[in-house]
Amino acid sequence: MSIYPWFVVAWLFVVGLWGVISSRHLVHQILCLAVIQSSTYVLLLAIGYKNAAAAPVFATNPPTVPAVDPVVQTLTLTDIVIEATVIGLLLSLAVQAWKRFGTVDPDRLRALRG
Amino acid sequence: MDVLVPLPFAVPLLVAALLIGLQSHLPHWLNDLIAVATAATVCGICCVLLFMSTKRPLVYWFGGWVPHQDVAIGVSFAVAPLGAGLASMVALMVAAALVFSIKYFDAVGSMYHGLMLIFLAAMSAFCLTADLFNLLVWFELMSATAYALTAYRIEEKGPLQGALNFAIVNTIGGYLIFSGLGLIYARTGALNFAQIGRAVSSQPADSLVVVAFVLMAVGFLIKASVVPFHFWLADAHAVAPTPVCVLFSGVMVELGVYAVARIYWSMFATAFNPHEVSVRAILVGAGAVTAIIGGVFCLSQTHLKRLLAFSTISHVGMFVSGFALLTPLGLAGSAVYVLGHGMVKASLFLCAGILLHRFQTVNEAQLHGRGRDMLPTAILFFAGGLALGGLPPFGTYLGKGMIEDAAVSHSYAWLTAILILASMFTGGAVLRAGARVFLGLGEPDEDPAGAEGKEEQPESRPTGRTPVVMMAPACVLMGLGLAMGLVPGIAPRTEVAAAQFMNQAGYSQVVLDNAPTLQPTGEIEPAGPNPFQIASGFGAAAGAVLLAFAAVYRQRAPRAVCCWAATWLEPPLQRLRALQSGDVRDYVTWLVFGTAGLGAAFAFLLR
Repeated sequence: MSIYPWFVVAWLFVVGLWGVISSRHLVHQILCLAVIQSSTYVLLLAIGYKNAAAAPVFATNPPTVPAVDPVVQTLTLTDIVIEATVIGLLLSLAVQAWKRFGTVDPDRLRALRG
Repeated sequence: MDVLVPLPFAVPLLVAALLIGLQSHLPHWLNDLIAVATAATVCGICCVLLFMSTKRPLVYWFGGWVPHQDVAIGVSFAVAPLGAGLASMVALMVAAALVFSIKYFDAVGSMYHGLMLIFLAAMSAFCLTADLFNLLVWFELMSATAYALTAYRIEEKGPLQGALNFAIVNTIGGYLIFSGLGLIYARTGALNFAQIGRAVSSQPADSLVVVAFVLMAVGFLIKASVVPFHFWLADAHAVAPTPVCVLFSGVMVELGVYAVARIYWSMFATAFNPHEVSVRAILVGAGAVTAIIGGVFCLSQTHLKRLLAFSTISHVGMFVSGFALLTPLGLAGSAVYVLGHGMVKASLFLCAGILLHRFQTVNEAQLHGRGRDMLPTAILFFAGGLALGGLPPFGTYLGKGMIEDAAVSHSYAWLTAILILASMFTGGAVLRAGARVFLGLGEPDEDPAGAEGKEEQPESRPTGRTPVVMMAPACVLMGLGLAMGLVPGIAPRTEVAAAQFMNQAGYSQVVLDNAPTLQPTGEIEPAGPNPFQIASGFGAAAGAVLLAFAAVYRQRAPRAVCCWAATWLEPPLQRLRALQSGDVRDYVTWLVFGTAGLGAAFAFLLR
């Protein structure tokens, strides 16, 4: 397997973090979280990938045919479900912020300090 | 009897679904009753599991997918005494919080009960699981429920911001754990703790294993709110409904510490064995810094819930430094301390809730002298302060003493001083607040409408008398915290359980090979209680009382002392407090620095 997926993983993680740190808009900030999470998808799929291997479906193929790892794909699916929950919850908070306070700028939502 | 193992999460999940489904058809009292009964049932089941697992962990394979030739295909739970004990404490806290909530909220829908029960299910399963991915799933479920509970009063700015800070920081922690899990799966092709542990320990730890451990440890330490990952905790505690704070401080944060210990001793301990001294140094250092910084912040707060939150951070530092000594006595000390601290802290939060219910504020300056007629609450509050300071026979002194003994016998004697100082700070802060609120000592502040009071909104309509359902759980929890230190043989028994917990080879034999017993490992030292522990407990409690008096009467101090404090203590404290900016972008930046620092320390010392 090539080394490029690992660079993509690192890049997505770092650029997502930078987005979270530098954001001035709640929705943007939350979607940057989703970008960080995408790096974990790439990581998992890269781990299970094999060159010239089939999909892990053995209905027609004999079990000896090389196949990519199905476990990491399952993990990725679960990861996506987790993301749907958390990002959905966070976006609903952002919607509430807009409805109640008319702003999604984190600087103008400050209520807590020290 | 193995059938009991999945019940601690299956029962509350089912009941939660039922309650949410039937929400408009059930009367209020029935909702409360069902929820409390469910939590109490789970507590009972976990206690039974605790006593059944003392010889060897109970292993349960879901769907009967037992391991085949040392390869675990299915997902398993492995119930060990430490995990089962923690799970029963989780259930007890949820039951207490639900009883307290009966009269607490104005209009509490059954959504609240449902969320609390899902939270309970996730936390208790988190304590029992033996599968890395399963652990992560429960971690995420627990986190998502906690975010929702924090933002329960969504119509205000504070809860909204607190929940966002909490959620963003902890979600990033979840991603770090996920990445670590991916790396360790890439190396071992396994997700079961025992199987990973075997594969990892078959060769010396290389950089991939170290990176995977650091990523997972950081993720769980974020949940445990170790400095510099702690910023979210105070914000979340300040705004979450008080019964929810009980769960956050009493058990959820401690689960982060438990998870680090669990992954260390089920997967990495053998491989890291040559580097044990370095691992100990790094983790003890992180714990000591957390204990002191949390204590200092705690003393400087006047918002009661924030004060208690920072005291939790300080105590988490002590728990981390306890298990980080990597000896059975240290781990057992942390376990006893978690138990004792959880009961006391939960009771203190309930007292803060009673004050909030009565006076619509938890600001110490605004409450000055107003609690004079609240004798039972005052007694509880002072008892809690002394217990945090480590007064025997509260369970806290025993845990602290055991950690101190373990530290002394591993040439970490300075840790004793840190522990005593942190106990003095946290106990002293609570006692000071109590003296000002309930006794009216000291002078009232000139500006009682301080900025910190604003974020706390009333959660209920005030009543002249404190309802019994609010008082009773606080009393019961404090009583349990007191009784814990008196249970005969609790220290040596916990030490044996901790020594079993640390036996990595034995653990994998029990899980994968169905071995009949799990032997304790490591040197078993006399656990106590001994005179040294009692003396240290009394000393720290006395120090806390003195500190509280000094803080209450600080205006009467000689001018020279005042000047000295104003020049040398105030500016650095101000600067430290400015770090707690309420801005999640700052918190994430600290998280990045902290991860890099911890990673660099491990990379440097484990070369």
